[in-house]
Amino acid sequence: MTHDPTPDARHIGPVLMDLKNITLRFGGVTAIKDISFDIREGEIRAIIGPNGAGKSSMLNVISGFYVPQEGEIWFEGKRRPAMKPYEVARLGLARTFQNIALFDGMSVLDNIMTGRLNKMNAPLWSQALWWGRAEREEVENRAQVEKIIDFLEIQNIRKTPVGRLPYGLKKRVELARALAAEPRILLLDEPMAGMNVEEKEDMCRFILDVNDEFGTTIALIEHDMGVVMDLSDRVVVMDYGKKIGDGTPDEVRNNPEVISAYLGVEHA
Amino acid sequence: MEFLYASEVLVNGLMAGVMYSLVALGFVLIYKASGVFNYAQGVMALFAAMTLVGIMEGRVPFAHLINAAFGTHVSSFGWTVPALLGIALTALVMVGLAIAIEKLVLKHLVGQEPIILFMATIGLAWFLEGLGDVMWGADVKTLDVGLPQGISETAETLTNDWLGYGFFIDRLDIWAAVIAALLVAALVGFSQYTKQGRAMRAVADDHQAALSVGISLQFIWIMVWSIAGFVALVAGIMWGTKSGVQFSLSLIALKALPVLMLGGFTSIPGAIVGGLIIGMGEKLFEYFVGPLVGGATENWFAYVLALLFLVFRPQGLFGERIIERV
Repeated sequence: MTHDPTPDARHIGPVLMDLKNITLRFGGVTAIKDISFDIREGEIRAIIGPNGAGKSSMLNVISGFYVPQEGEIWFEGKRRPAMKPYEVARLGLARTFQNIALFDGMSVLDNIMTGRLNKMNAPLWSQALWWGRAEREEVENRAQVEKIIDFLEIQNIRKTPVGRLPYGLKKRVELARALAAEPRILLLDEPMAGMNVEEKEDMCRFILDVNDEFGTTIALIEHDMGVVMDLSDRVVVMDYGKKIGDGTPDEVRNNPEVISAYLGVEHA
Repeated sequence: MEFLYASEVLVNGLMAGVMYSLVALGFVLIYKASGVFNYAQGVMALFAAMTLVGIMEGRVPFAHLINAAFGTHVSSFGWTVPALLGIALTALVMVGLAIAIEKLVLKHLVGQEPIILFMATIGLAWFLEGLGDVMWGADVKTLDVGLPQGISETAETLTNDWLGYGFFIDRLDIWAAVIAALLVAALVGFSQYTKQGRAMRAVADDHQAALSVGISLQFIWIMVWSIAGFVALVAGIMWGTKSGVQFSLSLIALKALPVLMLGGFTSIPGAIVGGLIIGMGEKLFEYFVGPLVGGATENWFAYVLALLFLVFRPQGLFGERIIERV
């Protein structure tokens, strides 16, 4: 990993998503307490924290799977109303899941194609007869998908049913499907969880390359501190549902609160 | 001559099998898309057939209720509706039913165990059965949408010229075979080659993942139940024309069960092949073995065959193999 995540090497744009005072409760349990942070265009933004800190809940709030009781989500300068997850996806937020959610019965290619469902608008009759707009769209979308397949180096498994793939490759296919949607923000839920060292390195490289080459804005969750510090431009640290740190990896690393949260002791 | 008799039995068995397949198709569609075994599929066929008769004969829906409540004596609008228009209107009613099922039942059971959804469809079956009777009356109705019935003379002459023995083939069965073939071609094309079909398969596989790529579960469910409703309508028309529209029509669902076990719950071609095997098997079995055991083997043959399949190939001929990775 020779990548150098200095902001001036790449283009970091204006604020793309702004989360203001988000609070999420499940019954009596408060999973997220009054958290605010923003995501800038083109950056890799990480949310870290120990297990149970509320990281996944945060990602689910961003992707619309959970609706927070309080707070506002601003996207591209507009306040986002309460939306269903599929509506958020159509807005341009693609995500992966901690426990991998792929369509096991379909081939790798078909799985990735589902990422482009919302790019296809040909009327049903045209699709059924395979004529006119439908054919054009399918060809365009296939070309785009092939590009992603090349990029993520999964050419040799394109026709394999996803259910048969090993864990690491499944994770990569899931990333491919999210990328296929050409998202404004790519949300990754523990992209490195459960991987061996080699798979982790591959995944790191892909995340950096995606950000570099496509300029995709990425927000990711991880509890492996080391990985995150190498990858991200800015890091939010959560503990017990609260934000305890926010800044560049170096700033966060030296934040006393963060140190105590991770080491579980009062710092000297 | 013996061989020719047996061939005639075989052909008629295949034709009967197509009729079973028509019912089985509806089950497969919903099972594939939502993992729910829709117990109400047979009643949906009955309900569709009743509605079609009611619309074509210009009956007033809920006539009994209206008369009881207002002391009136309405029963008919006094018009008749041509078959094609009637079928189109009934299809619309089935779409309306699909929307109602999604809004009133499925929406509230998102994320529940399949057994819960299965129980809900049992409830739905009873409800629909009652609704059909209240709307259109419980009398036995005849359905005539203009499909030809009776012996096909062309088939008889043809076979007579070729083989020296005229086969008896019901024209309705020939029509059923043609319609079933068209229906299957359309359904397979839809699910494999269209955006909506791809979305449908995606929903069948994983709800969360489907949501994350921007698929609306509600829309897909309404679509699938509408298609299943349409398939039920086709089955209802064929069976209703053959044996009248009455309660026993809903029991054809029971014959679809062995078909599904043979063909696999998740395969559209499987529903067809399963139907053909059951239809053919039970007619041939009755012909050859029936006389030895006192007949009436058609009542149980299909279930015994299905049981054998369950023992040796539980996923059916075309079903997805269940592999549990540990």
